[in-house]
Amino acid sequence: MPLAKITRISGRGVLVAGNDLDTDRIIPARYLKCITFDGLGEFLFIDARRNPDGTDKAHSLNDPRFRGATILLSGANFGCGSSREHAPQAIQKAGFQAVVAEGFAEIFFGNSTAIGLPCLVASREDIAQVAAAIEAEPSLELAIDLVAQEIRFGGRKIKAVTREAARDALIHGRWDPIGELLEGVPGVLRLAKGIEYLGASGE
Amino acid sequence: MPHSLFEKVWAAHAVGRLANGQTQLLIGTHLIHEVTSPQAFGMMRDLGLKVLMPHRTFATVDHIVPTDQFSEPYADPMADAMIKELRRNCAEAGITFFDRATGKQGIVHIVGPEQGITQPGTTIACGDSHTSTHGAFGAVAFGIGTTQIRDVLATQTMALGELKVRRINVRGRLRPGVYAKDVILHIIRTLGVNGGTGFAYEYGGEVFERFSMEERMTVCNMSIEGGARVGYVNPDETTYAYLKGRPYAPKGAAWDREVARWKAVASDPGCRYDDVVDLDAGDIAPTVTWGINPGQGISITENIPDPAQAMEADERAAVEEALAHMKLKAGAPIKGTRIDVAFLGSCTNGRLSDFQEVARHLRGRRVAPGVKAIAVPGSQGVALLCEELGIDKVFRASGFEWRAAGCSMCLAMNPDKLIGDQLCASSSNRNFKGRQGSATGRTILMSPLMVAAAAVTGQVADAREVFELNP
Repeated sequence: MPLAKITRISGRGVLVAGNDLDTDRIIPARYLKCITFDGLGEFLFIDARRNPDGTDKAHSLNDPRFRGATILLSGANFGCGSSREHAPQAIQKAGFQAVVAEGFAEIFFGNSTAIGLPCLVASREDIAQVAAAIEAEPSLELAIDLVAQEIRFGGRKIKAVTREAARDALIHGRWDPIGELLEGVPGVLRLAKGIEYLGASGE
Repeated sequence: MPHSLFEKVWAAHAVGRLANGQTQLLIGTHLIHEVTSPQAFGMMRDLGLKVLMPHRTFATVDHIVPTDQFSEPYADPMADAMIKELRRNCAEAGITFFDRATGKQGIVHIVGPEQGITQPGTTIACGDSHTSTHGAFGAVAFGIGTTQIRDVLATQTMALGELKVRRINVRGRLRPGVYAKDVILHIIRTLGVNGGTGFAYEYGGEVFERFSMEERMTVCNMSIEGGARVGYVNPDETTYAYLKGRPYAPKGAAWDREVARWKAVASDPGCRYDDVVDLDAGDIAPTVTWGINPGQGISITENIPDPAQAMEADERAAVEEALAHMKLKAGAPIKGTRIDVAFLGSCTNGRLSDFQEVARHLRGRRVAPGVKAIAVPGSQGVALLCEELGIDKVFRASGFEWRAAGCSMCLAMNPDKLIGDQLCASSSNRNFKGRQGSATGRTILMSPLMVAAAAVTGQVADAREVFELNP
């Protein structure tokens, strides 16, 4: 199954401000009641976006100026908390193609990479600079370059890096590891023979 | 050369290196539940893949199962559908399913150890971030996403980058009224909610040597709350004694052989750690959270942080946001804060010893008027033991509702939810905004005995005073 080589992502950006935006905020547990990931996009950051009476709260994702943005910007430790892949799935299904933050929680980062959603780390100052630029001009085009590890916008550029293993997987189109893992199955079968720890029980 | 347990387990389970530099790691034991697995089975079907080693996967229902309804169909049609989907997937693939009818159902991180499936020196994965719990046995246990569940089902492996290891020593003795929960809340408060990013946490020192398996599980459980994907304690006599005789533990000659293997897998004296942190048990007090992440904790005797005090702009914004959500007063004591709900349970604190310790002090006391108090055993096994020991009667007599096993109000996917901005004294693991089922709901994390103290007084209280524990 050939996967897309993700080297460049261009699009408009939107800032969801804050540090430690956890997966319960990205998508609360009560919206995990599903047996497929389809349709999760509408629940992205739902509690921060919608009042209990169904009306919209002031939130950058409700702001018509940023509608159609494909690059999500945020703060430190983005995606902390649960391992629910529903979180990156909701982001991706809401139309985002990349997340740029000051840092990412481990499981979220891995889950995102495996579905081809790049997570890039930039400094606080640089993210603030991009956020200020899109606030001033919401239609501003951001160009993420995963090969050069930078984001270019309005004649400027900032550094935006991702872990080498993730960068390699994304730019070479092997971010979903299943193909490679399946190729390794003969080795798995050999190794597993030596570690039959449940077999010891006779259960 | 001496090696850490993490390094040894990693090396023993490495199948090979992938093109991007990650390791293809064999997952010896895989645990699944109803919420994060159905999509993985769907992906398998789409790709025409079969479960490679069904005997290495075990399933149960916990996240969405109601705790006050016992027969299907459940009132929530989606919950009912998800549970039936898991049952179907397990039957098709030949996976052992600890369904409710087996008497072995419960929170996946309580069932694994209880059944003796969780063993030292193993690699474990489960689509739940609290899989780190199993590290209490000296297993290397990863919380994973759904695509990785697919990978494990199809290949019994996943792609992972190696972690660094941070040794955390807690030296000395805990004071009365200070529990494993306080130890981990203290660690997270000290090292931060993202302090563990990129690390496996190895817990040790006198406190851990003395801890029971259940106490070790409480600490390892919340490793992820400190940003560490993996947390573990080296196996020792306490570990072997816990496992002996459990259904899936080795038996006969295999027992001695496995114990020898488990002994050899523990970190070697003098092994290298990427970082070492030393903490003094005497510095740890009963700890409660005041904010919206588990690192926002204080001792019960401290005051709520005041953003008017000197702090960095970032921290000030975080404190202000947390206090606005929690509706707490800056600079005021946390003690005396009125509560609406008391929740005792979860994979953090839903084991026999948690209920036993509370029952010991709760006898003869009443839940305060206006407080809804629920006790949710972590598994059918825990419930049965509590009922045999009369612990359920103590809870019921005091005004707690005694429920059936499940995750319940820890993440409120089932009908157990906060309403509006109710404040919950909770023995669970996350105080995130909206975590307990209401967008405006409020959570204060604490030890089980502190939950009991809050339940009987109707406010955040010092269990040492409420239950007259000797200093």
